[in-house]
Amino acid sequence: MTCRSGHNDPWYPSWADRPQVDLESEKYLKIWQGPQHPGVTGNMALELTVEGDLVVDCKVHVGYLHRGFEKLMERRKYMNCFPIVCRICVPEPDFNEYLFAAAAEELDGIEIPERAKWIRALTLELARIASLTMGLGGQAGAFGLGTIGQWCIVHRDYLLDLFEELSGHRIYHMYILPGGVRHDLTPGFAEKTEAVLRKIEKLMDDVQKVLFDNAVIIARTNGLGVIHNEWIDPFGIVGTNARCAGGTRDVRKDYPYLVYDRLDFDVITGSRSDVYGRSLLRRDEILMACDLVRQILKNMPEGPVRTKLPNPLHWKIPAGETYVRAESGRGEMGYFMASDGSEFPRRIHVRGPSYTHAMALFEEMIRGVSIADVAGLMTSLQTCPPEIER
Amino acid sequence: MRRADLSFITVPGSRAVEAVTWMRDHGGFTHLVMISCVDRIEEGVFELVYLLNDPVAYLDIGICVEIDRDNAEMESMHHLWAGVRVYQRELREMFGIDFPGSPGVEEPMILEGWDDIPPMRRDFDTLEYAERTYYPREGRSTSDPATEMEERSYPLDAGVKRGIKDLARSGYGDKENTKDEG
Repeated sequence: MTCRSGHNDPWYPSWADRPQVDLESEKYLKIWQGPQHPGVTGNMALELTVEGDLVVDCKVHVGYLHRGFEKLMERRKYMNCFPIVCRICVPEPDFNEYLFAAAAEELDGIEIPERAKWIRALTLELARIASLTMGLGGQAGAFGLGTIGQWCIVHRDYLLDLFEELSGHRIYHMYILPGGVRHDLTPGFAEKTEAVLRKIEKLMDDVQKVLFDNAVIIARTNGLGVIHNEWIDPFGIVGTNARCAGGTRDVRKDYPYLVYDRLDFDVITGSRSDVYGRSLLRRDEILMACDLVRQILKNMPEGPVRTKLPNPLHWKIPAGETYVRAESGRGEMGYFMASDGSEFPRRIHVRGPSYTHAMALFEEMIRGVSIADVAGLMTSLQTCPPEIER
Repeated sequence: MRRADLSFITVPGSRAVEAVTWMRDHGGFTHLVMISCVDRIEEGVFELVYLLNDPVAYLDIGICVEIDRDNAEMESMHHLWAGVRVYQRELREMFGIDFPGSPGVEEPMILEGWDDIPPMRRDFDTLEYAERTYYPREGRSTSDPATEMEERSYPLDAGVKRGIKDLARSGYGDKENTKDEG
């Protein structure tokens, strides 16, 4: 498989070698897309060199959202880190909450109650639906179908209503904490969730008609932004991006956490690895998550939702290092935590799925793409800048 | 309780590239999960962690390399995975670890015009830096109607409020509030 840059072996890439572009020749133009631009996910900037309509080179600039979370956490006690972690990623805060809690629990050897595991899985699946629905809306918006974007945002809001009822917060829920979850489900939560799931499924029917059966969308996304199977390991591609490219990795299946080993589901893989295929797979993932939520609500046992922790102000975690991972809506997300036995974490490293997708992979894929498709391609990778900078 | 499928090994810096390459080519650890760094300032070393994953056997291995903190330099592994150069660029900026030969490693990634010590090092004091750089300072000028009307209609009350704010910004009573920080 030959990459766009003409190199034959993806294991020994030459992608870092930028094409020599003479701007003085007036053949090329350098333009910036971002940091504030409707076609860029979050705040990041693309320094594009274009020849006519086609992109010949791209440099990704991040740093507009750096808040230094990893450094801040080194100065805080474990329990004080808990309200910070959800702010690392706006569309998927729950995965950060879960991974931080899971890493601390694993280092300290804390076992959480059975019901807390089910509630955590329920929250994560609802978060996946919210994130993927918003992503699908963004994808449609990038190709000019803003109406679908509005539909999707409205349906995400229905999910945020559920989260508000559950945790008191819409975006940053601060619900999953070390030792379990903050409190039990509210009365009637299952019925309200079922009503929202029906709305989401109805939305997916509409999206099928307006987005996936749309001749313009098919023409524009067909063959755009292809990820080859050979690129998966060299670039560290995960999640839906990898599952469309022939990969079968899904953390929920490969490293079952919480209650995923007791749920009935198959890893969904895509048949085509372009922008269209990735969107289609995400639609299927949303429907699968709806099914998983129903299974969780049906099988959830009764019982306590929190285990007793040591005094949070004097909670010391034994020295050691660990890495925990979960399948977020965009792929494998992981937390590396190193403890030195004190009340403060020595180091927490957040491994977000966007890190290599948005930097190394995107710079390679963008070459040869028309300017009009840059936004659509970027959205199809589901990049999230706050997670790159942490 | 600790994960049974995750282990950490420490290798000397001079053999690290060899070890990682062997793991990738013969050990089945083809997926690079992440590269991180732990600052062990008490021992005067940086611990670089290369976390690799075997997607077939579902195993993780962390290859740890200890390098001297004062002369922080490590052999580049950008030829092994395409994503490595991004990690190395970040490590150089945040920890001051150099990776000679890594493409674009000297370009700033997040911090532009940074002239202090690399911020992720343990001896970089965030609080001290923030106080020195951002606090105390004058508030921004505002044209908020609420503030303007308060100034016009109740100048005495507004003056008292301003005085309390200035007092707080000058650090009065800070010792009680900030003793837990740091």
